[in-house]
Amino acid sequence: MTSITPPAATRPPIAQTGPLAWARKNLFSDWFNSILTVVVASVLLWSGWGLVTWIFSKAQWPVVENNLGFMMTGLYPQAQYWRMWIIMGLIVTLSGLSWGILGRNQQYLFGRSVLIGIGAIAAAVILFPLTRPHSPILFGMVALTVATAWVGQQAGKRLPALSNWLAAGWFLVYIASIWLIGGGLGILAPVRTENWGGLVLTLLMAVTGIALCFPFGIALAIGRRSELPIVQSLSVAYIELVRGVPLITILVMGQVMIPLFLPEGVRPDRILRAIIALTIFSSAYLAENVRAGLQSVPRGQSEASVSLGLNKPLTLILIVLPQALKTAIPAIVGQFISLFQDTTLLAPLGLLELLGMANTALSNPNYLGRYAEAYAFIGVLYWFFCYAMALGSRKLEQQLNTTH
Amino acid sequence: MTQPQAGTMRDSQPVNEPVIIAQDVEKWYDNNFHVLRGVSLTVNKGEVVVVMGPSGSGKSTFIRTFNALEPYQKGTIDIDGIRISHDLKNIETIRREVGMVFQQFNLFPHLTVLKNVTLAPIWVRRWPKAKAEEVAMTLLERVGILEQANKYPGQLSGGQQQRVAIARALAMQPKIMLFDEPTSALDPEMVREVLDAMRTLAAEGMTMVCVTHEVGFAREVADRVVLMADGVLVEEATPEEFFNNPKEERSRKFLSQIL
Repeated sequence: MTSITPPAATRPPIAQTGPLAWARKNLFSDWFNSILTVVVASVLLWSGWGLVTWIFSKAQWPVVENNLGFMMTGLYPQAQYWRMWIIMGLIVTLSGLSWGILGRNQQYLFGRSVLIGIGAIAAAVILFPLTRPHSPILFGMVALTVATAWVGQQAGKRLPALSNWLAAGWFLVYIASIWLIGGGLGILAPVRTENWGGLVLTLLMAVTGIALCFPFGIALAIGRRSELPIVQSLSVAYIELVRGVPLITILVMGQVMIPLFLPEGVRPDRILRAIIALTIFSSAYLAENVRAGLQSVPRGQSEASVSLGLNKPLTLILIVLPQALKTAIPAIVGQFISLFQDTTLLAPLGLLELLGMANTALSNPNYLGRYAEAYAFIGVLYWFFCYAMALGSRKLEQQLNTTH
Repeated sequence: MTQPQAGTMRDSQPVNEPVIIAQDVEKWYDNNFHVLRGVSLTVNKGEVVVVMGPSGSGKSTFIRTFNALEPYQKGTIDIDGIRISHDLKNIETIRREVGMVFQQFNLFPHLTVLKNVTLAPIWVRRWPKAKAEEVAMTLLERVGILEQANKYPGQLSGGQQQRVAIARALAMQPKIMLFDEPTSALDPEMVREVLDAMRTLAAEGMTMVCVTHEVGFAREVADRVVLMADGVLVEEATPEEFFNNPKEERSRKFLSQIL
């Protein structure tokens, strides 16, 4: 038999190249598509132009400019603002380190899109009029991110075990931040929780709520699939009860009704009550997301695990749960984003988080009717943090993908 | 593994020391389907038993009762002198001694090949990591997967995955190995590499119970072939007898369909 040499492997043919060819193929392939392109492009240009002229000439930004401190930190004493900068520095430092340590095996930590992002933020920090008084500090924060990321990568290459300590590091930063905000221990002047507010309060409630509802959600999901009938029915009852009630009801219950039942002395703090209510609500939804993940793990996985002699708890922790959580990442992060935005529901109940502070600023007669400016500004802030979470979840999914 | 040297195909011959004694095992599924209808089988130390039979005959279910993956309702099963019962305490003790290889491999996709193999020795046998990895590397070398140790299962071919699954089961140093149709989910060109790994294992004197349709493997390696049909054990014979001169009508019918 004669042997046949297979043709050498080649790259797929590129049908067309260049921006013109791309435009012809994607925008002007026939007369109908050409009309659509022209119509959509004019609408986009027109509204884009409208937006730009509004931002730069029509909008009056003093409502944001003069209330920036309030929107960021609420009624926090201005003499203590330096604590907020320290917290930001801590978070930025640890973010940079985490980024570097987790990305230690990447050839280029600062790829093209990352450089563009950093450049855009740095340019915004310098050019954006609202934050101009703080430009040097903010610019320093950007530089700190880059520097700590580099340090993290170098350290991570030498000591890969560092990545195991990141969670502990973040926990310490969390505790330190609460101490810095609230003061105490006889070192820092105490600041009462009534004065906590603005973006800081929003982030504090969201982060605490997320950190608490995650373990509760997992526990409820496992409980719902338990073979013990009492554990199972209690989990089902909790999940279905909470999912059947609107969030605002639970929040009102926590803010307005609990104080009616409890005497003055034993009443837990308002912020704590808000966080508990958010956790109660979100853990029920999270439980269902985790349960969907648990159900997606084939039965063969736990069979293989127990047939190796691992007991049921170890099988759950080492084999089933990691796979279930990986599948559920998009849904779980979606729930986290919801929780973050649900903190705005506390504004009508009188908690002065970001939206609450914006409303307070708007009630000042000087800024009468400046809703568009104030809401556009906090809208961008909410978008920034939610998009960061979405990006993080995408990165995590890519990192955990083991199929190729 | 020191075994008396004898025989032609294998380095070692089974000794007359039963390690699996199943007596009149009966099982019903939840929907009252009577899947095992009084099956008895004794497997001696070092013996290779091949279980054949049409699909739905209960052969997979039967061997899955040996490591308590499937509960049974009547009869008794003793594995290495321990009675399989609902008592949780001894279930893990038994599973430690009984390795199992599945049709769908069931490797853990989130762990590397090496971690798949070292997981149980570290968590169940409490071996130090270094020892577990050393044993794992030896086993992976034996099944020819050493270069892939740090890859994930999803990056391996089906045949490679199944060989990792064999290494993973062997890492616990089991006394008995169960194979549940180990080559049925493989592409034809990968069947051989898995059967070769099983042949080596048999030659070393491992006690093996294999559910398989591989006639060549059964002829060459098995000490005994049993045929199951409709939840009963129809015939039990040496491979020569079973394939050349089956006694039962049901066996002849089955063989005429697969040969």
